[in-house]
Formats: sequence, structure tokens, C-alpha cells
Amino acid sequence: MKLHLLEHRHARLNTIIHRAPAELKLGSGLVLIALTVLIPATIPGWLAFAFTFLALVIAVSRIPPMFLLKRLLLLAPFVLGVVALNAFQPEHRAQWPWLMARSTVCLLTVILVSNTTPFSEVLRVLRQIRVPALLITTMALMHRYLFVLVDEAQRMSRARASRTFIAGRRWQWPVLATVAGQLFIRASERAERIYAAMCARGFK
Amino acid sequence: MHIPDGFIDGKTTVTTAALAVAGVGLALRQVRRTLPARHIPMLGLSAAFLFAAQMLNFPVVAGTSGHLIGGVLVAAVLGPSAAVVVVTTVLIVQCFLFQDGGVLALGANVFNMAILGAGGGWMVYRGIQAVLPGPRGRLTALAFAGWISTVLAAASCAGQLAWSDKVEWRAAFTAMVGVHLLIGLGEGVISALIFAAIQRTRPELMQSTEPTCTGHRWREFVRYGLMVSVGMALFVAPFACPWPDGLEAVAEKLGFAQAATKPTLPALAPDYAFPGIHSATLATALAGAIGAIFVFLLALLLARVLIPNRSAPVSAANSRP
Repeated sequence: MKLHLLEHRHARLNTIIHRAPAELKLGSGLVLIALTVLIPATIPGWLAFAFTFLALVIAVSRIPPMFLLKRLLLLAPFVLGVVALNAFQPEHRAQWPWLMARSTVCLLTVILVSNTTPFSEVLRVLRQIRVPALLITTMALMHRYLFVLVDEAQRMSRARASRTFIAGRRWQWPVLATVAGQLFIRASERAERIYAAMCARGFK
Repeated sequence: MHIPDGFIDGKTTVTTAALAVAGVGLALRQVRRTLPARHIPMLGLSAAFLFAAQMLNFPVVAGTSGHLIGGVLVAAVLGPSAAVVVVTTVLIVQCFLFQDGGVLALGANVFNMAILGAGGGWMVYRGIQAVLPGPRGRLTALAFAGWISTVLAAASCAGQLAWSDKVEWRAAFTAMVGVHLLIGLGEGVISALIFAAIQRTRPELMQSTEPTCTGHRWREFVRYGLMVSVGMALFVAPFACPWPDGLEAVAEKLGFAQAATKPTLPALAPDYAFPGIHSATLATALAGAIGAIFVFLLALLLARVLIPNRSAPVSAANSRP
């Protein structure tokens, strides 16, 4: 499900929004989300303002609206589940449109920020605000090898599929688990090589 | 189970964020103190592995499929504190790059899935392993802990939604826990299968977690036990237990009585209306206990199937106190 989310990234466009400092984008995104969550839903003016502001940002940053819509729909299941639970309860019934609108504003904000800011910039900001170094190293390594390991997992399951003439239903889980276990082993071997490379470049 | 933004309110956000920061801070300190430097890249690679492994879909009936969640698996291999760091990293990256889970809800998600899921799951894993040693006991423990951790995280998530007054407790609890009772079964089986596969090919990878250094482990046990009980006391107990004093006492003690009592009282109100609630609670607890025993027996069976009778007879492993 997540794989095609890895592809269409619009972080390389060159607009004012893309060029703006990461601190500004992350900060204002956080403020926007915090205000949207915390301001009571009885003040509809705020949501209208937030939507107008986001529409303006979308227009300036030239991110295709269809892309945003697809992303929103992909993320909908949990939101719709809770909204459905909410809508079927008499004392909460009036809440659900606000719930939808609020979570849409928050999701749009994060989508916009993450599609206009490279992840390395985010890590730089996190380092500036003194997030522990170990956590940042782990995040940087995860982001770097995420795509490598996803490719590896796909190669392995393709190889498996090409060798299994008829995939018996009964044996699918053990075979998939072997693929996953092998992926873990390869990841840990890669980690050893990375550590050697880090030491060679003066880590510690 | 990733809670998006807008579904939990201010007080829940602040409480869960404080708990998450405390838990992750302790885990980071523990990792820095005990993990050898050559294992530092392993944290990032494990996080990437969890993400990549979630792409492998395990088919269930009728076109649906499940995938690994993996907190307990990583905890079994790298230890609980490293697992908390790994799962937290996965959650942060998922939140930012894939919008899976909200920014303000990150604290709640980290608490549910990293601290309760990986930390609490590891406690169950370790507890069972103490009773059932040997490779079969390990697989039993892992499968059962995978199930428990999923259910625990779902219950806490339902509690947070109810505490934010977004959904009524009973509906949230039934929906979340009901679904995750089944998802947890899949998680337990997948974790045990992957663990067995790793152990078959590279048994030395698992050496680091052999029960040797008990001193550190005990401290971690106490720490995660404390975190899990605080979480349960805050998010699940106020709704699940029929006595209002428990909620008020907890809220009073932790100093946010004014903030907490106002929104939770309406959620509790229906409980007072039904005099049968006490026995209903008992019935739920009993059903839960029976279900847990049943799942434990399933886990034992799974371990027997995965490790066929060759060297150690299972009766000897079972009869150990």
C-alpha cells in the first residue's frame, strides 16, 4: 500500500514554498495543526481560515491537487472508521463533520510540509532543537536504507514467486516468513558493513 | 492503529506526549549505556527492516491480508529499550513521510505502539520465557507476547479516543479490541515464524538476548512494568472499572482532576444507569482470561509445530517451574 507513496514526491520543485527555510515550514505547520486541534469546533471561522491558507499554499507550491486528493483518500480508513463510530452515537452525532474537517486540515498540512521539505532538512532542524543524537542517527539511517530494503524485499519476493510454480496456500505463510527472516539477516549484515564504513570515516 | 490528528484533545495530547518523552528518554539512555557501538547502525536498519517487512502481505481469507507490526520481534532480538527506540523511529518517519498517524498524536502513538507494544510485549515475552525455557518456550513466549502487545495497544488507543470524548468507551473498546484480537493472532504467528526462520539460518544473531545479565534486565522489567501500569491506569482503568472512585483517585493523585473529570464523567454516566454492569464487567474479565489461556495454548501448539520433536522432549520443558 505504501509503495506508490514513496514515488510521487514533489520535494524537488523550485517555488517560494520549497525554498523557504525548513524551520519556518515545520514551525508554522506545527502551529497550524496545534491550533486546529485545540480550538473548539464551535468556532467555524478558524477552519475556514485554515482551508483558505492551505489552498493558497497549494496554489503557490504548484503541487498537483489530484495528488493531494489521492493521498488523502489513502489515509481515510481510520478517519472514516472513527467518524462512523461517532456518527452512530446520539450524543456525539453533531461532531462528525467537524472531526472530518479538522483531520483533513491536519493531514493536508503534513502532506504539504513533507512534500516541500527534504528529510535531511527536517533532521537538521531536529538536531538544532536538541533532539538526542542517537534518535537522529537512527532516523537518518532508517530513511537512507528504507528504500534499499524495500527494493530488496521486492526482489526477494519476486525471486520466490518465479521459483514457486504453484504457490500452495498452506505453505504461503512459512515461505513469506522465511523471506522476512532473510531480509532481517541481510539488514543486520548490512548494518555490520555500515559500521565498518562509519569507523573507516572517523566515527568515534 | 495510528491515531491521526484531531482525534485526541489537548489534555490527552499533553499526557501522552509527556509519557512518551519520558519513556523514550529512558530507553535512549539505556541504549546508550548498554548497546555496544557496533550495534548502533543496527537500530536504523531494524527500523528500515520493520518498514520493508510491512510490505510483505500475508494472505488471510477472502482477499484480506495482514502484515507484521514487529515491536515484540525486535524486542526479542535487540532488547526492549532498543526496540522502543526502533519503533519510535518508525512512527516518526511514518508520521512525517507517509502521514500515517498525526503530529500531535505522535505521543499517543509512540506510547501505544512503542512503549506499551514493544516494552510491554517484551515483559510478557520475558515472563513466559522464565517459566518455559528453551527454544520452544521462546517461540511460545514470542507468539503470545505478539498477541498481547497488539491487544494492549488497541485497548490503550480506545481509551485515549474515549478520554478525548470523541467516541463512547464501549463502542471504541468493542471495535478496536475486537478487531485487534484477530490481528494480534496474525501478529503472534508471523513474529514466531520470522523468529524461527532467523534462528534456523543465523542462530548466533540471537545470542545477545540469551538470559544472562539479569541485573539490567530486572531494572528494565520494573521500568516497563511501571510505564505499562501507568498507561493502563490512565487510559483503560477509568472506563473499564465500574467504581468512579478509582478514576477520581488517579486523576487527583496525578494532579489534573479538573481537566480529567469534566469530559470523562459523561462517558461514565451510562454505567450508573445499568445495575448489571458489575457482573458484566466480571463476565468480560472472565471471557478475557479464558481467551488469553486459549491463545496461550495455541502459541504452545505453534511452537511444537515449528520445532519438531528432535532433541528436547516438550514435557521436560513444560514441567520446569
